[in-house]
Amino acid sequence: MKVLEIVTSISFLFSIIRMTTPILYASMSYMVADLAGTANIGIEGMMLTCALIGVVASAAMGGNAFLGLIVALAVGALLGILMCFIVSKLKTDPTITGIAYNLTAAGGTVFLLFLAVGEKGISSSLASGVLPQVEIPLIKEIPYIGAAVSGHNVLTYVAVLLVFVLSVFLYKTSLGLHIRSCGENPEALESVGIHVLKVRYIALALSGMLAAMGGVYMSMGYVSYFVKDMTAGRGFIAIAAASLGGNKPIPMLIVCLLFGIADAFAVNPGTQNMGIPTELVSTIPYIVTVIVLVIYSYKKMKDRKKAASA
Amino acid sequence: MKNKKRMMTWFELLRTFLAVGIAVGFAVVIIFLVSGQPLEAMYKFFVTPLISFRYLANIIELMTPLLFTGLAVTFILQTKVYNLAVEGMFYAGGLAAAMAATLIKMDSGLHAVLALLAGLAAGAVIAFLPAILKLKFEANEIVSSLMLNYILFYIGDFILKTYMKDPKSTHVASLKFAETARLFEFTKGIHFGLVIAVVLIVAAWLFLYRTRWGYALRMCGENKNFAQYSGIGVMGTILLSQMIGGAIAGLGGAVYMMGSQQRFNWEWRSGYGWDGLIIAIIARNNPKLVPIGAFLLAYLRIGSDIMSRGTDVQNEVVSIIQGVIIILIAATGFLSDYKKKLTVKMIRSAAKED
Repeated sequence: MKVLEIVTSISFLFSIIRMTTPILYASMSYMVADLAGTANIGIEGMMLTCALIGVVASAAMGGNAFLGLIVALAVGALLGILMCFIVSKLKTDPTITGIAYNLTAAGGTVFLLFLAVGEKGISSSLASGVLPQVEIPLIKEIPYIGAAVSGHNVLTYVAVLLVFVLSVFLYKTSLGLHIRSCGENPEALESVGIHVLKVRYIALALSGMLAAMGGVYMSMGYVSYFVKDMTAGRGFIAIAAASLGGNKPIPMLIVCLLFGIADAFAVNPGTQNMGIPTELVSTIPYIVTVIVLVIYSYKKMKDRKKAASA
Repeated sequence: MKNKKRMMTWFELLRTFLAVGIAVGFAVVIIFLVSGQPLEAMYKFFVTPLISFRYLANIIELMTPLLFTGLAVTFILQTKVYNLAVEGMFYAGGLAAAMAATLIKMDSGLHAVLALLAGLAAGAVIAFLPAILKLKFEANEIVSSLMLNYILFYIGDFILKTYMKDPKSTHVASLKFAETARLFEFTKGIHFGLVIAVVLIVAAWLFLYRTRWGYALRMCGENKNFAQYSGIGVMGTILLSQMIGGAIAGLGGAVYMMGSQQRFNWEWRSGYGWDGLIIAIIARNNPKLVPIGAFLLAYLRIGSDIMSRGTDVQNEVVSIIQGVIIILIAATGFLSDYKKKLTVKMIRSAAKED
């Protein structure tokens, strides 16, 4: 069985974790915004923008990847705050705002890329930095698993760490409670004297920063350059992952891993040589997303109807 | 009542002008920031496309697919289903028409009709998918439709490379379309598709505002519960609006292929589906206003292309203008204070007359 050989190989396990990382960041980004009551469809655009900003800023500061990340985080936070302003003050529909973000980012990044390097496809001529890979001392020694789990980009480990940090932050702290109340019952929150809009601004700034980390991972970790449209729909897959995970960090991590497996399968050189046309293999992550989404939604609908009739 | 309607029209007009004005203002600032020749760039961007017959023809040529996708989105958003696969519908329509135009041999005229129908059907089927998944299983249509776009592009790529590729062509492109499946061309770039688009727009307006089904369709979007209580089959109506939209987008893809292209060679995406969304937002989902939105977008695109060919400013600056226009036009809070003032003034004057 060639498939079995592929999926049990260390390189495949390694690539699952690698592919899961950006989806995980994007899902956390969507989760925080959605809990605060704003469905952020614009994550794809935020990620793409910050992927480029990180590369350009890092190159401008002598190839320092860390400074690139900081600038990208700041831009991500600003994009989130701007989105909150547009949705809350200008009262533009959040979905339309998100679409506007994505469309502007798709063209705007190319515009900016041309300003930076004088071409419209790829930033490889920029001397931008790459965030370091980390070997985990003890785990590295474990046979089989060690080689798959250790040696990833630092942002991968930060992502996993953030899953746990967010579980505590959103479900155990008062600011976390405020963010969740913003989405569930803003009137109640206002009535106890909390400034709802302020909480929402914080949540969307956080959402923007998480998207920025996903973007920076793409251009300064996953690969070492920016390519036009490099996020390839991960910001949208994340919407599915966050809703499938019920906006809870740990179940969401599991869903993201599932999508990571689908992604890893699609890019694996082994599957690409199996005789199935590469174009069709590339559809796997998207098809898996739709199928899982439909099953989950259907189950949720049935449960709700059962609860209503009981 | 009539007064109120007139005031609202005036208000919406003002808002649109302001939104476009602010967006263009953004672009002007950016041009001044990045360009060494800002005045020349702006002249080429905003003036040149309007003073040459050739460029006006280019605008009309570009408007043709935009009229289709813009009209398609007015139907799709009419029932408040965010089916974002318009890009995929247009693509699938073009692909289906291209298949009919390369793989089948038929008589002139009939062949073109068949290819158009193939595109139309393909678009309707694609539009049906996210809608039925939402209605039957409550699956988020934004996610499923966006995934569908990617799936379609890859499948299309596969079909092109496996069944339609011209072995003599150096890059990946289909065989040349049969002459029997081409649309009549009036002058270079302006073809029979424009006539189809205009007829469709008139028909769509009549359908939406002058028929019972059109009323039902609009009602489902405005107030689903009310529609349900008045005995409108909400589910069927929503599906209908999605499939009409899909059929129009698919037909648009077919028309674009058979009118403007010699071969099917989209390796990736056209972007016209997303443009349709921008146009529908500018037109506020009213077919009557789709030509205005399509003209505005085509004018900006052609202008920015001229600018980027002749100066140091790249044409992607348009995407920033688009983003600002979308957000400001859809912003119900934008100028809402002014709207309140206008309403108060009108009520006062009405009270005086009594």
